[in-house]
Amino acid sequence: MKFVLKKLATLLITLLILSFLAYAAFEMVGDPVGMILGTNATPEAEAALREELGLNRSLPVRYFDWLFHFVKGDMGTSYIYRISVNEMIGEKLGLTVILTLFGFGLTLLMSIPLGVYSARREGSFADRALTVSNQIVMAIPAFFVAILLTVIFGVLLRLFTPGSFVSFNESPGRFFLYMLFPALSVAIPRTAMAAKMLRSSILGEMQKDYVRTAFSRGHNRRSALRAHALKNALLPIVAFLATTAAEMLAGCIVIEQIFSLPGIGRLLIASINNRDIPVVEAIVMILAVWVMVVHFFGEVISEALDPRLRS
Amino acid sequence: MKKLFAKHNNWFFKAGFILTTVMVFIVLLGQVWTPYDPNAMDASVKAQGPTLRHLLGTDFFGRDILSRILEGAGATLQIAFFVVLIGAVLGTVIGALTGYFGGVVDEVLMRICDAITAFPSVLLALIAIAVIGPGRLNVIMVLGCVFIPSFARIVRAEFVRIKRLNYISLARLQGVGDFRIMLKHILPNTLPTLLPAISIGFNNAVLAEASMSFLGVGVSASEVSLGRMLSDSQNYILRGLPWYAVFVGLTIALLILGFSLLAEGLQQRR
Amino acid sequence: MKKLICLLLAALMIFSCACGKQKSGADARKDANEIYVGIGQDLSSSLSPYQMSSAGTREVMFNVFEGLYKVDSTGDFKPALATAYTVSDDGLTYTFTIRENVKFHNGAVMTPDDVVYSYKTCASDSVDSAIKGVLENVESITAEGGKVIIKLASPNSDFMAYVSSVYISPASYTDQDTKPVGTGPFSFVSRTVQDSVVIKRFDDYWGEKAKLSQVTFKIFENATALVTALDAGSLDLVLHLDSTQVQGLGKDFNIQEDTMKLVQALYLNNAVKPFDDVRVRQALCYAVDVDALLTLTAGGHGAKLGTAIYPSFSKYFDASLVNAYPHSTDKAKELLTQAGYPNGFDMTIIAPSNYSPHVNTAMVLAEQLKAAGINATVKEVEWNTWLTDVYKGRKFEATVCGFDASTLTANALLGRYESTSGKNMCGYVSESFDAYMKEANSITDDAKRTELFRAAAKCLSDDAASVYLQDLAEFAAVRATLKGYVFYPLYLMDLSKVTY
Repeated sequence: MKFVLKKLATLLITLLILSFLAYAAFEMVGDPVGMILGTNATPEAEAALREELGLNRSLPVRYFDWLFHFVKGDMGTSYIYRISVNEMIGEKLGLTVILTLFGFGLTLLMSIPLGVYSARREGSFADRALTVSNQIVMAIPAFFVAILLTVIFGVLLRLFTPGSFVSFNESPGRFFLYMLFPALSVAIPRTAMAAKMLRSSILGEMQKDYVRTAFSRGHNRRSALRAHALKNALLPIVAFLATTAAEMLAGCIVIEQIFSLPGIGRLLIASINNRDIPVVEAIVMILAVWVMVVHFFGEVISEALDPRLRS
Repeated sequence: MKKLFAKHNNWFFKAGFILTTVMVFIVLLGQVWTPYDPNAMDASVKAQGPTLRHLLGTDFFGRDILSRILEGAGATLQIAFFVVLIGAVLGTVIGALTGYFGGVVDEVLMRICDAITAFPSVLLALIAIAVIGPGRLNVIMVLGCVFIPSFARIVRAEFVRIKRLNYISLARLQGVGDFRIMLKHILPNTLPTLLPAISIGFNNAVLAEASMSFLGVGVSASEVSLGRMLSDSQNYILRGLPWYAVFVGLTIALLILGFSLLAEGLQQRR
Repeated sequence: MKKLICLLLAALMIFSCACGKQKSGADARKDANEIYVGIGQDLSSSLSPYQMSSAGTREVMFNVFEGLYKVDSTGDFKPALATAYTVSDDGLTYTFTIRENVKFHNGAVMTPDDVVYSYKTCASDSVDSAIKGVLENVESITAEGGKVIIKLASPNSDFMAYVSSVYISPASYTDQDTKPVGTGPFSFVSRTVQDSVVIKRFDDYWGEKAKLSQVTFKIFENATALVTALDAGSLDLVLHLDSTQVQGLGKDFNIQEDTMKLVQALYLNNAVKPFDDVRVRQALCYAVDVDALLTLTAGGHGAKLGTAIYPSFSKYFDASLVNAYPHSTDKAKELLTQAGYPNGFDMTIIAPSNYSPHVNTAMVLAEQLKAAGINATVKEVEWNTWLTDVYKGRKFEATVCGFDASTLTANALLGRYESTSGKNMCGYVSESFDAYMKEANSITDDAKRTELFRAAAKCLSDDAASVYLQDLAEFAAVRATLKGYVFYPLYLMDLSKVTY
């Protein structure tokens, strides 16, 4: 319990610092007024718009005003769209989260069997082929995987229509079919990494004394692995998977661009360019919370697997 | 060099070493000689597939893709080199000092490093570039800074581990100064961990530069870089020229593969 | 393991087959009498008729909002919410007869009071400084019976062009930012940021009703994704495509060529060295090969300019200026030598990174200028930086960008070169140009005015105020089964006459 409280306090402090830094950073790049008015801007028009958006107030005043509302769950109004940020982000966040979870699920689904299989058949042809291909796949950036998937499944095989995202409400089936490819793009490089880590982790465990003892008790390689080594071998993987889940959300930003998914990543990039501070703040906060929550769960799971870590 | 090979006589190291050497050699060659001027435009050979004159074809401006890939890979490697240099040098200094001396500064710096490494690096770079603007130099600075914490953590851990060993205590008893101990006695022994980290750093730097340029927050239009080219080449995929994207993507993948194999080999020790 | 892979693959196959069986989107849309329109940028602004700052937003919302008069596809102004107007002899008083029984999308009936409200709100809130400037010149606006009387402080022969841009909205309505209400042939349904905007036919429209029952604007900020979606048949109509994007589109689409209606130029800062020397500017004009530029960037499509007027604005366009500076490297070098730069010089061309046609043009120009000994580097900047540094700060040597006409007036294109104009980004100063403009804006005789504007445009060419390049070619892809799409001389998209 104390552990959780401590984590929570760190989380809050980090969020505070992060949110203020984001505000301060945008103080340096300027406000969106010039952007909104474009080539029509006159000093009077700019002043009027600043007044309207409340940008004529000083940085601390604006920051604390934002913070005050944020704490109450109101993320403000977009400068550019004049829509409430809560409304704007809700749906997009859902999509990005689905993409991340989908990608994460695929990573788990593919990497654990591959890693275990590879470790079980250590030295076999399949193991070596997998090791080599893992090494190669790891070197392919997710966005290149995305381009390749688009070319192969979208353009050549016509399995899905690149660029025409179907929302869940329109057709759940086509939605998941479309999401499969972005999810694969983020999952494939990560799968290779996770499978490789799992393999070496298992092999490391298999050489340990307790596994040898298990052999002596009549376990064969397979059952020793299942009964003893696997659980311990998963331990280092959990931390890696936590990082994966955190980075996958960021990786989705690039992937969303390629598949033109209306997710949070595209909104973030556009909002940074538009100097739309309330939107940027909201997304940065959400990402930060996500990252920390994921790491938190990573640690909790690690501790559940290994009581020695509970100190 | 011989020692290095003897120590790392494994498949990964050899393959990585050969691949990286070949890639770096080709890229260096591209700095002094390219088949065509990478920027020269020629309307008569617009958007062609591979031909004998243009081995990898041409883009919409009739520029030779091979020449541009050579130039772009050079730029990407150059960026990666400086990014790793900044990250590794500053990271080592910070990691060494905090690891060796410890104390409150150590605690605070490590918490900050934790926070930075926890947050996705591409995202940090994205926001930083929005603040200071795109361009090769800015990309190097931003990525360099983003890379510091990971090196600092690794080096710190090594320093903490090694400083407790007997030979360091002995050296201290003999009256060897702190900085001499750090430089002569500890630092060389961090190399087995630092070298793979540097190799992985190259791997990540190439990837980060490519992602950023791909998102349009990397280098400028008049500068060539692999990420930028890959982003441009997307437009060609549907217009009958998938070559471009494939060649550029392969170059990126080969560069990264070389470094990751090297890192793997360095870690494996035989 | 193999079993697992097989299982997964099988599941994928069944899954995709099940989904692929569905009726292709295009036919389904035809049955529902709706279309999907692809647009290349988000509607990145409020939707209020007075707050629409991006051209892309105005283009879409043209279907929702209307003014007292409305521009038609020939550039004429046709009665819309007013049935007629009269001007007093001194050109100061405009009297509009307001159309009766016009309904807003929210069901309210439009009254002259709504018109007065709209003009007042527009005058105080509009983000368009041109419209604001004109409305500030309005002394009084009053509603009398079925009429609205507008009194100007000084005559303005372009006033009707602005009338068509002041959209009428209901007086007591406050949700225009997010749920816009107008009187147009389509009413607003919904908007999802960065994804789509939906409008549907307004059945109580006062005039000829729209044919389509619903239009969905799909937003594709990634050009490749837009083309892919078009290829795949997910879209029915896309404007503003470039020549490579329409290459190889199947026979499902009719391709119509048009121009973007903007003046793309290598804008030179006349106030800084060496561009303060007319010979240097002329040398640049000679050094640039516009034909080669068109071939490289757009396969030869596009219209050459010669001055700050684009060809489709035929009233003021002077075709003889197009070849005022035929490409000649020798001439360019000669002029540079005369100006004291026999070995050329270094320069930086700034291009806004979000407009790839401008970036591409800048890159080609940098290559072309090399032949004349000028070493140009292209620097890409973000749009926001471009606006503050280049446009407002005038901290630049040269920049490639395009200016469009916000209204169909010569002033919209030429006004920015007056030495006193706040929009005079190039810092162009010419007494004769100022004199022509001043005289043209003080008289009402149309023939004489046209002549003066043409003379002013010639000044820009003679002084080589900038290197005028082209009105960029653009292409519209319209599904072959669709009929009735017409182009406008302004950046607008009229969907009211489109039908299957």
